[in-house]
Amino acid sequence: MNDLATYNFAYLDEQTKRMIRRAILKAIAIPGYQVPFASREMPMPYGWGTGGVQVTASILGPEDVLKVIDQGADDTTNAVSIRAFFQKVANVAVTTRTKEATIIQTRHRIPEEKLSEGQTLVYQVPIPEPLRFLEPRETETRKMHALEEYGLMHVKLYEDIARNGHIATTYAYPVKVEGRYVMDPSPTPKFDNPKMHMSEALQLFGAGREKRIYAVPPYTDVVSLDFDDHPFEIQSFDKPCALCGAEDVYLDEVILDDKGGRMFVCSDTDHCEDRRACGHAGHMLARKEAAE
Amino acid sequence: MASQSQIYAGAFADPVFAAQSVFRDLMEGFARPGAIKQLSAKSTPPAPLGAAAGAVALTLCDHDTPVWLTPSLGKSGVPQWIAFHTGAAVTASKTEARFAFVEKSAAFPGFDQFSLGTQEYPDRSTTLVIEVEALTGGRALTAKGPGIKDETEVAVKGLPEVFLEFWTANRAIFPRGVDLVLTAGEELLCLPRTTRLSLKEA
Repeated sequence: MNDLATYNFAYLDEQTKRMIRRAILKAIAIPGYQVPFASREMPMPYGWGTGGVQVTASILGPEDVLKVIDQGADDTTNAVSIRAFFQKVANVAVTTRTKEATIIQTRHRIPEEKLSEGQTLVYQVPIPEPLRFLEPRETETRKMHALEEYGLMHVKLYEDIARNGHIATTYAYPVKVEGRYVMDPSPTPKFDNPKMHMSEALQLFGAGREKRIYAVPPYTDVVSLDFDDHPFEIQSFDKPCALCGAEDVYLDEVILDDKGGRMFVCSDTDHCEDRRACGHAGHMLARKEAAE
Repeated sequence: MASQSQIYAGAFADPVFAAQSVFRDLMEGFARPGAIKQLSAKSTPPAPLGAAAGAVALTLCDHDTPVWLTPSLGKSGVPQWIAFHTGAAVTASKTEARFAFVEKSAAFPGFDQFSLGTQEYPDRSTTLVIEVEALTGGRALTAKGPGIKDETEVAVKGLPEVFLEFWTANRAIFPRGVDLVLTAGEELLCLPRTTRLSLKEA
């Protein structure tokens, strides 16, 4: 035993958890609507996922298995430190395997593997208001949501087309939830938008600095905004993953040298490792046989 | 009046983990409307409040959430029990209440008499916790909406005839509206305002 102060289970006090839990239930009842909540100061700076951490802390129990990803990776700073945080304050089981997790906290990716019933995906959200860059006043954006007045968002997408010939928004691509609320899916690549539609898993969104919680229940319509003559399209990649050869996945560019060398690898590290363990190989994977 | 022991006893034995497990049942319940959840955490509130309804109060109510009670609940040991264990104040105003509790076979007011939230803040609405006879075996209703794959059947026993009319009116004012937790003994079933109910065609 050490002499440091001990914390309540999962760091937050019970009154805070109750307040967040009430907000989560109302968020689920009104899909896509941003519920204000009294966000607490957490032992990490805003922008490091304090919203997601508070949501996870409020739903987490001793039976859960937690996975944390940052841009698809389990082994980057943000993911490692949040995972260690919950191991320390909740003594919770952790995993990097998507299948085994009951709660997945994510920063800006949805795992490639299809999520199933019983899993909950918790997003860390920086700016929850999709209309914020178009209208800075909260009083106005609230009224726009109340009146279902989303013309401005279509004007923004139209301006993309007028300038670039296509919709140039590639991340935080606005979606309409259950035909009512326009929602920011957090800065995930638009590649992930179709995975939100009719997902079997519950999706919760926490924005700590902006003090908002919102949700998409399972089996809910999530439609990316578009135009008849410019339908929504996801990114496509010319080459498969250089390590596991996967196609139809989201790839990260990795610079290899200062002579223009680069490789494209899966952003979802667990998916990539899984495929390699099953014997799939990309053209840059170091083979054991070759080394021998 | 309820005896002192009734008021001070009957809360969760292990408040932190019991509240977490009841909350997860509620969260899963609202995320999958119509699913029946058997609560694992036990509470024994004074009669006539049911066990699951008591567990919901212990899990979600505190000094931030005024509670409305039916007249007969108000006359029982329940207001003192809720006050002692959660710190929530009992209010006579239905529009001020964040939670409302209705015991088995009691008449309840129309949903539109409670707080429905506003168009700007639809989350500021009352959540009603209504005890029914049973969560199965009643008139079969078809439920559709977010959280439900295709459709599911809800056959709650012990709701008044007028319930379907109340619920349809509640659904029509979306995004405003109340949310329901139906309880029977240690079981509960959640109906968020998004769920559409209709009579099942024979």
